[in-house]
Amino acid sequence: MRQLQQRVETQQQVGESLITQTAVRLLVPFVQLFGLYVIVHGHYSPGGGFQGGVLLGSSFIMLGLAYDQKTVLRLMSERTNILFGNLGALIFTGVGALCAIFGGLFLDYSALDVLIPLGPIEWRSFGIFLVEVGVGLAVMSIMASLFWDLGSAGQMDEGL
Amino acid sequence: MKALALLATLVTGAILLYGTMDFPAWGDPQAPAAGRLSTHYIENAIDETHVPNLVTAVLGDYRGYDTMFETVVIYCAGTVVISVLRRTRKENPEQDS
Amino acid sequence: MIWILDLLILLLVVICAIAAINVRDLLSATIIFGVYSFLMCLLWAEMGAVDVAFTEATVGAGVSTVLFIAAILHTSRRSKD
Repeated sequence: MRQLQQRVETQQQVGESLITQTAVRLLVPFVQLFGLYVIVHGHYSPGGGFQGGVLLGSSFIMLGLAYDQKTVLRLMSERTNILFGNLGALIFTGVGALCAIFGGLFLDYSALDVLIPLGPIEWRSFGIFLVEVGVGLAVMSIMASLFWDLGSAGQMDEGL
Repeated sequence: MKALALLATLVTGAILLYGTMDFPAWGDPQAPAAGRLSTHYIENAIDETHVPNLVTAVLGDYRGYDTMFETVVIYCAGTVVISVLRRTRKENPEQDS
Repeated sequence: MIWILDLLILLLVVICAIAAINVRDLLSATIIFGVYSFLMCLLWAEMGAVDVAFTEATVGAGVSTVLFIAAILHTSRRSKD
């Protein structure tokens, strides 16, 4: 009971509203699902890594707008976020470098046929998918951290 | 001074509009951009990459180098923002309290 | 008949651009900028460039508006001139 009282008091101080928080909590899983769909389904419909990554990042931006920064950092810590960004950039350049290592040109995905024999044309399709996942991860991390740093002026303790 | 700025803006806009007069019409099949390269992509992209969305095929495969450096530019921008704005609390404990 | 829609959207884009410069309140300018982005998104989609329209809707109207608001909240809201 005392905890609840405390929570209501902090909410009134920071200026959070229950309606926004509930709406965001309901909306965030669907936004993330749509972002994953846009990344994965980029071969067949408009979209791709960049748009899906922005959608995934905007779900964390919405959490940061409705709640304070500490709640968001509990769900997705800063270290994990930066790790995702590095991993995304590394996937893109790594796939390109692997193509060059296995005897093709840089970013010529059909050279990866030596690794797993899928056929060179199918590998070009799959290589595009790998690259899109890399772009999506990098853009998600960068968009979320841009808002976190700009919104809390680098302090990372409270939201807007 | 405001009139001078308006004059500069209007003259620049007029020159830019004059420059667009030489552009090909929208969707013109005779345009230089719709020449051999564009028809090559449209005819061969599905056979060569098995990707029905032409935009994804061009961005991810034919022009993969562009997309890679686009990602690197975004990554650099994010890293710079983090390194400039992010400050840990240990640096100036007097000002925080 | 599509050129009537084109003309309407382009007219609204010009009106939004002028209004975003002239308005004094920075928050209003940001919201008008979001309207501008959505009109450009509509224009791209009408011209058949759906991928560009998607990018404009997510980045231009979504994230950049939020980033502008985040920057405005750390400065003064009214412009001085």
